Amino acid sequence: MNDAALQGKLKLATAALCGCFGCHMSLLDIDERILKLVELVEFDRTPLTDIKSIGQCDIGLIEGGVANAENVEVLRDFRKHCNILVAIGECAVNGGIPAMRNQFDLQDCLQEVYIDGIGVENPLLPNDPEIPLLLDKVHPVHEVVRIDYFLPGCPPSADTIWTFINDLIEGNDISFPYSLIHYD
Amino acid sequence: MSSGKTFKLDGKAISFEEGDTIMDAALRAGEYIPHLCHNPEFKPHGSCRVCVVDVNGHSMSACTRPAEQDIDVDNSSDAIMDLRRSLLQMLFVEGNHICPACEKSGACQLQAVAYYTRMLSPRFTHFFPRRSIDASHPDIVFYFNRCILCGLCERASRDVDGKNVFSISGRGINSKLVFNSPSGKLGDSELSVTDKAVSVCPVGALLPKHQGYEKPIGKRLYDTKPISVVGDAALYQSVNRSSKSSESNE
Ligand code: SF4
Ligand code: SF4
Repeated sequence: MNDAALQGKLKLATAALCGCFGCHMSLLDIDERILKLVELVEFDRTPLTDIKSIGQCDIGLIEGGVANAENVEVLRDFRKHCNILVAIGECAVNGGIPAMRNQFDLQDCLQEVYIDGIGVENPLLPNDPEIPLLLDKVHPVHEVVRIDYFLPGCPPSADTIWTFINDLIEGNDISFPYSLIHYD
Repeated sequence: MSSGKTFKLDGKAISFEEGDTIMDAALRAGEYIPHLCHNPEFKPHGSCRVCVVDVNGHSMSACTRPAEQDIDVDNSSDAIMDLRRSLLQMLFVEGNHICPACEKSGACQLQAVAYYTRMLSPRFTHFFPRRSIDASHPDIVFYFNRCILCGLCERASRDVDGKNVFSISGRGINSKLVFNSPSGKLGDSELSVTDKAVSVCPVGALLPKHQGYEKPIGKRLYDTKPISVVGDAALYQSVNRSSKSSESNE
C-alpha cells in the first residue's frame, strides 16, 4: 500500500491536452479550499506537481480536446490508470475553440500560419521529430476513450469543480444547481 | 370562457378549447413544455421534436398533438427528459455549436433548453460539418453552423413579412436553409433587419450585426433563471434595432 492509501486519501491526476489551461486555472480558483482538497486527495501526475508519469489513480481530470498524437497517448494512459475519468471544460467536452480548425484542411491551417500569414519570417513548416504530429481534426475526449463524467463550461467555475469533486468523494449523486451549468 | 374540457399534464388538470394542441393549452395555463421550433405566433412545424410528451403510452410532439378530454400527458418523467436530451444532443453534434465563440450564448434557446434538461455532454460523435457564413447583408449575418432548421424564419418571412426570403432545401443531413435572391446571397434578398423573420431565430444562426457580446456574462437572458421561468428567446428579440424604434422588450 502506498502512503496515500494508508491515509485514506484518493489519488487524483490531471492533464491539459489541447486547451488553454483555463480549466486548471479555474481549479486553482477554489482558493484556500485547496488546503481542504489536499487533505482529501493526493496529487499524482498533474501540471501542478510536475510529476511526468501517471500511477494508478482514483480520479483523472482531463482538460482540453485531442488535437495531436501526444494528446491521444496521454488520454489513453489516463484511461488505463484512472478508475474515474472526467472531461472538464468545453474543449474536452466538445472540442471547443480549437475544434474551429475542423472547418479547414490541416494543410491550409499550417500553410496560413507558417508560410503565408502576415508577418511570417523565414517561412517553414515545423518538422522537428520532437513535435507531436497534429491530427486531421480536433476531437472531444469521449470520441477517443470512455469518459465517466462531464463538466461543461469555458471554464467550469471553481464552484462547479469543487461541488463535483466533493460530491464524488463523498459518494453523493452529482447534481449541479442551474447557475453552475453553462457551456461558455 | 372555459369550455369545461380538461386533460391531465403531469397529473394536473389543464383546461383546453376545441382546436387546441397540448402545447396551446399548456402555454395558456403557464405550464412549460420544452420546445425549439414552436412559437405560438406561427403554425406548428413539429420538426424539432423537443416537445415530446408521453400521451397514454405513446411519444408525441405536444405542438402538433390535439388536446383531448381526459388524456394523461407525461411532461417530466426521467424517460421523457432522457428522450429530449438525446434529441438535443443530436442537434448539437449535427452542427458546430462552439458556445464560447457564439454571440448568442447566454440568450440562446437551444442552450437554455439543454440546460433545462441538464445536458452535460453532447455524448454522440460530432459530425463537424463544414458550413459557411453569409455576411453579405449589411445588417444581418447568417451562420449555417448554428441553424437548427426550425423553420421559424421561413414562417415569419412568409406569414408576417410577406417576403418569402427563406426556405429549407434538400433532404436529411443535406438539408439547409436557402435564401430567395438572384445570387442566393442574403444581401441580395429583400430581408431587412427589422423583419419579424430576424427576431424569431431561437439560436445564433440569423443575427443582427453590431450587437454581439453587448450584454456581459451574468446579465444575459438565461444566465440566472431557467427558460421555464424566462420564456422563449423570441419574446426578447423584438425590433430594437433602429434608433427610431421606441419598442423594446428588454
Ligand atoms: S447557437 Fe446556441 S447552442 Fe449554438 S453555439 Fe450559439 S449559443 Fe451555443
Ligand atoms: S435560421 Fe434560425 S429561425 Fe431560421 S431555420 Fe435556422 S434556426 Fe430556425
